[in-house]
Formats: sequence, structure tokens, C-alpha cells
Amino acid sequence: MLRRVVTRLPRLAKRAASTTHYFQKPRENDPRWAEIVSDEDVWTRYEDEVDVAIVGGGPAGLSAAIRLRQLANEAGLDAEEFRVCVIEKAANIGDHILSGACLQTTALDELIPDWKERGAPLHTPVKEDEFHIMLNDQKSIRAPFLGNSTWDWMTKNWPMNNHGNYIVRLGNVVAWLGEIAEELGVEVYPGFAATEILYNDDGSVAGVATHDSGIAKDGSPTDSFERGMGFRAKCTIFSEGCHGSLGKQLYQNPEFKLRENCEPQTYATGIKELWKIPAEKHRDGLVLHTVGWPMDKKTYAGSFVYHLTDWGAEEAETLVALGYVVSLDYENPYISPPSEFQRWKHHPLIAEMLEGGERLSYGARALNEGGFQAIPKLTFPGGVLTGCDAGLLNVPKVKGTHNAMKSGMLAAESIFSALQDETREWKHESLDVPEYETALKNSWIYKELKDVRNVRPSFHNPLGFYGGLAYTGFFVCMLKGTFGIDLEKWTLSHGGADHEKMKPAKDFQKIEYPKPDGKLSFDLLSSVALSGTNHNGDQPAHLTLKDDDLRRNLELFDGPEARFCPAGVYEYVTDEESGKKELVINAQNCVHCKTCDIKCPSQNIDWQCPEGGGGPAYGGM
Amino acid sequence: MVRVAVGVKRVIDYAVKIRVKPDGSGVVKDSVKHSMNPFCEIAVEEAVRLKEKKIAKEIVAFTIGPKQSAETLRTALAMGCDRGVHVNVDQAQLDALTPLQISKMAAKIAETEAADLLLMGKLAIDGDYGQTAAMTAAILDWPQATNLYSLQHNGDSATVEREIDGGLETNEIKTPAVLSVDLRINQPRYATLPNIMKAKKKKVKAVKPADLGVDVAPTLNVIKVAEPPVRAAGEIVEDVDTLISKLKDAGRI
Repeated sequence: MLRRVVTRLPRLAKRAASTTHYFQKPRENDPRWAEIVSDEDVWTRYEDEVDVAIVGGGPAGLSAAIRLRQLANEAGLDAEEFRVCVIEKAANIGDHILSGACLQTTALDELIPDWKERGAPLHTPVKEDEFHIMLNDQKSIRAPFLGNSTWDWMTKNWPMNNHGNYIVRLGNVVAWLGEIAEELGVEVYPGFAATEILYNDDGSVAGVATHDSGIAKDGSPTDSFERGMGFRAKCTIFSEGCHGSLGKQLYQNPEFKLRENCEPQTYATGIKELWKIPAEKHRDGLVLHTVGWPMDKKTYAGSFVYHLTDWGAEEAETLVALGYVVSLDYENPYISPPSEFQRWKHHPLIAEMLEGGERLSYGARALNEGGFQAIPKLTFPGGVLTGCDAGLLNVPKVKGTHNAMKSGMLAAESIFSALQDETREWKHESLDVPEYETALKNSWIYKELKDVRNVRPSFHNPLGFYGGLAYTGFFVCMLKGTFGIDLEKWTLSHGGADHEKMKPAKDFQKIEYPKPDGKLSFDLLSSVALSGTNHNGDQPAHLTLKDDDLRRNLELFDGPEARFCPAGVYEYVTDEESGKKELVINAQNCVHCKTCDIKCPSQNIDWQCPEGGGGPAYGGM
Repeated sequence: MVRVAVGVKRVIDYAVKIRVKPDGSGVVKDSVKHSMNPFCEIAVEEAVRLKEKKIAKEIVAFTIGPKQSAETLRTALAMGCDRGVHVNVDQAQLDALTPLQISKMAAKIAETEAADLLLMGKLAIDGDYGQTAAMTAAILDWPQATNLYSLQHNGDSATVEREIDGGLETNEIKTPAVLSVDLRINQPRYATLPNIMKAKKKKVKAVKPADLGVDVAPTLNVIKVAEPPVRAAGEIVEDVDTLISKLKDAGRI
């Protein structure tokens, strides 16, 4: 995607946030847009018709695309006779992918059985599995049984058992899936953000439209204004990942009622770094998870540390992918997940591994924790939801990629059969495939999510984290996992949405996080620089506020946005004239993690998709 | 009407933090975001504007690089070039190519494609050499104007303003000529999605360096690549006397 050379823009002084984005300030009511809006030649979008449009080029979207073209090829339909288009906001496929990741290959084996011969970048099989409880900033104890081969008979069906899995740089796996998709005739369009859902007159989804270009920071049209492009599809697959922006709109659509019979989705935010460490310290294939310090027992949080070797790089690199995941139902507004991550690295268990190493990359992304209880209705007239856009991550396994891929494949199969069936009666202008949801409910995705449904909610109890560990250990690991006995006749609840859980600041003490030392821990801005994130500065801030004058976050919660954003987008700066603290939004830093949209206790922050091509440039994260 | 050839290069994206390889032989390129060299974007934009002014009848974009450079070429086509030429070399070969070898290839392409004007960026942000435009002109024995701030094509001549230290220099040169563009000559357009889709149908010719009569065997041996030394933190002193004594201590005065 084109990069604008930004040097000629004046340095914009920090100003209090004032939303200029058209989602909050519609252009139809804006006098600056009157001429353009009334000019049909300019305002009407160029549109193209395709068979299936796929929003989001991640594991779910690309698996769906690949499966569709596999089926099309079998049916003798070439790339022009059956058009599958993937629209992806990142400049390149894989640029916005961030994950641990410990990949379970179940879905990949089904989709591309010869993935190894075809050069899929799965280089590091899991060799060691360790689970540690950090007791304080110095000590930790290793949980027994897991990763100890003598106890394999007992642990082999435990969700946290990683035998047979691969440690991967998911961004590179996704880039590889993108190449496979293109070979099969999928049209892949990175660098374009799908920002609007198009509807038919009967209310069914007609497709999507991409972002308009040439809108200035103050929301006015520039000389280069151009409408985005519309994709009209018989069926649209939504695979934007966790808390997708169009997915959010679909969930709010009163006609589709997608969330009527499920609990609100709950989330966590994972902050990750990729380090290169000396070969002597490297334990290739090690999967390590920790819980406990530095988080208190009331907050669900934990870490991952994966040692992998990237044989695909020019010279094999001994890497460590590590990160800290904090559930967003935390109550204390002073918690700062990115700061917790930085200080966690100083624990001797981790510090010792990273000494002498070099930090290569940094990033963050929200992930789903709602599991079984939060699975929405997955289909609606004209489209389907797949992957984390639906919310299929398995929390105790800390894995969602295999489910995302399988859901994409099931969606593809249902859609393709339906489109080929000439006797099928269409109740709407575009295709409705409720059979996709049935297929998913009959698949291994549903079974595994159901099996572990009570793990996450079990942590809401007086004993907090330790109560949850005990519950999980007993009911899920020992009884169900080891002995195959399922006593769980109940389904525990998550107890409401994450943004309702934050308590007023006056009930808590400010947390003084240690200053980063510049060797193991780092300040936020140098971390954000390593994400490679960048946006064209001359566009409306895509982090929009429903109400610019809302003071509730500052007055009641002491400005938590400045603490939970892993990219330093939000700052409270004292205005020189008024002496009051004002919220400043540094939109260019955004890494598209979606934490703010999820956790804002007033639900005032409404994340919109910026111009395509902007955002992080994660190299194989 | 003239035929314009414009050269484009795929480089590491300008916003990415560069990492030097541990053995000092170069910089890490795997899994690193690449895009079209910003000055090449500006050159393509200038070429497309010539076509819009009906001065150019055809624009041929060319690139030298590995298979991923095909995407860079497609972006040029999506911005408005008519067809492309892709000289295939692998990444390692590309990294080792000198401006002289590139210039020989560019000159040959200008000849074989019967170009009347050869446009390129003033430099590529990876090598930062800034030599290719001038060398190519010398090989072709064409007039050259580099670091252009403005271009006015007048048929068999062109009036250009060049950015120089201290201001702008206005020249009139005969065409055909080699021109390189600087930052402020234009603002490149976005390659819109409909144009990207149409660009897939535009023809790209695949060519080998040998076809252009150029030997890509390395002629330059890079001994070492290193990061610049870490900048030491500055220090603010309270008064002039302290400043003088600190400068003396550091042996500066």
C-alpha cells in the first residue's frame, strides 16, 4: 500500500481530543461536505460483484478462502467464475497478526494435509511444557505433573498439554496461508479496510465497502477525496478477529439479534515481545506459563514464554516469544497491563532467560475469554461470523487459531454447497446459511469449548485465582481429562461485561510501577516504536469518542485509558489555560488491539477502522 | 507524445526500525515490512501526471528485484502506469548490486522500451547512494536533471527547477533526458482498490539481467555493517561556569 511521506506536515501540538470522524459526525449533516454528498458522480461508490467477500485476512478468513477455492476448483470453477475476495486492513497479510503462539494443527491438517512439504513455517515442535506459580518477585514453584513424562498418562488430555503442537510465529504462518490462497485463485487485497456494511433493501447484508480516502484530520474533504469501493457478495464472511469493528456493528443490529441468547463476550489483553537470546540460554521447544506474581489473586492474569527457532529466516534465529495476558474484568482502575508485563520480566525465572538478549518486536491484542457461554448466533441473512470475530478461543488451552481455521472451513463448506444448490429457496436477496451454525455445533470446536466452559468463570470465587485453579484441576483436568468423568451439569456465568466491572478510583491505591531499566524492561514509547506502527497523520482520529465532553472516566476512575492502552494513545494533559486535565488522543500510535473499546468503563471510546495500510507492521508476531 | 520509463524499487518500509544482522553482513530483511521507495512513488506520480496532461502516451514501470518486487510493480501499475518490466534477481543479488550495475540495466531498458524520458527517485532509502540517475544518463549519453522540484515538458526540451543547497536552480534541458525527483515535486496519489484490480490485467514482462547484457556478480565487498554508536544522554548544566569546567574536563576546550 502507498506510504505517504509525512515530513511535510507541520508538527501538530497536543490538543484535547475532539472527535472529527464521520462515524460520530455524519457527513450528510456537515456543510463542508454538502457539495460532495450531493454530487452523484463523486459520492457513488464504484462497486464490484463477487461470490464471497471475506473481511479480515487472518487464520479464519484465509482458511475460509482456501476452502472455498478448493471446492470451486473441484467443481471446475476457475477464479473468475467463482470469485472469492479477501479484504485486509494491514498493508501486507500477516502484518496485524499477533499471537503466542502454540499452534494445534488439527485444522491445518484437514485444510492442507501436505503443509510440511509446502513449506509452512512450523519449525519448532513443542518439547517441554512447564507451569509455574510465581509466589513473589523472587520465588516461583513449578506445578507438578505437567510436562513430566512419567505423568503423561494423567496429563495427556489436560487442556494445557501441548504435546504434538508447534511453536510458531503466527504472522508468518498467516503470510504463508495468504500465498496458498492466491495460488488457488483467491483475490487478496491487503491495505484496504472494510469499514461499512452494505445492506439490501430487505435488511440482509449485501457486502462491505472500503474506507474513503482523502479526509483531513479535521474531518473535511481534501482535494484527493475518493470514495471507497463496494464489494457486493452473495455471502459475506466476517473474520476480523477479536472484537472486530464490523462484528461490533452486527452485534448491535436489532434485526439480527445475534447476542440475544448468549452472555456478553469477555476479554483479556495480551502484550507480547519477541526476543532473540543467545543459543546457550535457548531451550528450543520450551512452553512455559506462569501465574501469580505480579498480579493479585483477584485478577485473572498469566504469562507465556515460548522458545522457538526460526529456521525459515536467513540464518536460524533462537527466539523467545513472551507475553503477559490480563483479563479485562479487573476492578482496580490503577492496574496497567503493559506495566505489569514490564515488571514481570524482572522475575529471576524470566530475567535469567533474557539476559544478554535483544528485544526485536513489541505488540498487543485483545483476545476472547467468553468461550462457550458467549458464542453468539453465527449466521444472519447475507453473512456469517467466524474465528475470534465470533469468539471461539479455548481459554485454558490459550488457543484460538485451530478453532478459527476450522470455523472458516465449515463456513466455506456450508456457503459453497448452498450456492451450488439450484433448488434452494432464498428467503433474502443474499444468502442465509443457518446450516453453518449447525455444522459448527456438531464439530470438535463446540465440543472442546463446552468441555472447558467453566474454567474461566470458576475464578470468580472468594479464593480468587487459587479457587479457580483448584476447580479446574479437579473437575476439568483430573475428572474429565484423566478419567473421562464429566460431572459438570452446570454452566457458570461470567457475571456481566468487562466494562461494568471497574470500580471507582477512590476505593484503591495508585500503583507505583518500577521505572523500566532499559535492558529488560522498557518505557511505553520505545516499545510502541518496535511495533512498527504508523498511520497517515492527516485523517480523523480513528479512536472516536461518542461524547467529547465526558469527564466520567477522569472523575470517577482517574483516567484508566492512559493505563490500559499498550501503545500510549491516551494521555491526560493539563491544559495551560483552564488548568484542567484534558484527554489527548495520539491516534498514530494505535496498534489496533481494541482494548480501549472493550474496557472503557463509560463505553465512550468507539474504535473505528482507520485508512487501510495503517497500523502495526508486526514482523512474524 | 512521449513514452516514459519510470524505475521503482522495493525497500524496507521507512517506518520500520532497522536491525543489523549479528554477523555485521547487512540488515535483517526476513519478516520485515517492505514497501515502494517513497521517492519512487513520487516519480511514478510525476509520470502519471504527464500522461494526464497528455504529454506522455505510455508509461512503462520497471523494477529490479526478487519475486516480491512484483507487488511493487503492481502498485505502480495501479497508480497509472500502463505496463511493467520486472528484472528478476534474488534478494541476495539485489543487496549486492551497485548503482553502476543498476544504471546499466536501467539504460538498457530505456533503450529496449524506446523511452523518451526516464524518471526515477533521487535516491533509494536503503542504500542512500543517489547515483543511479546520473550514471544512467551518462551511460545513455542523455542530459540529466536531478532532485527535481518541478517539471515542465516542452516537447523536445524540458524546463526544470532543481532543489539545491540554498534554494532552487532553474534549468532548461534537451530531451530525451534522465530526471530524478525530490520530495516536494508532488504528493503521490493513493492506489485505489478498483485500480489495483485493473492493474492485475496489465502486462508485465519478465527479464533476466543477462538479457540486458549486465553481469550481476558482486563487484563491491561489504566488509561490515554496524549500527551507529548509541547517543550518550545530554546533560543540562545550571550556569556558564559549570559548562566551561565540564567542557574542560571532557577535553573539548
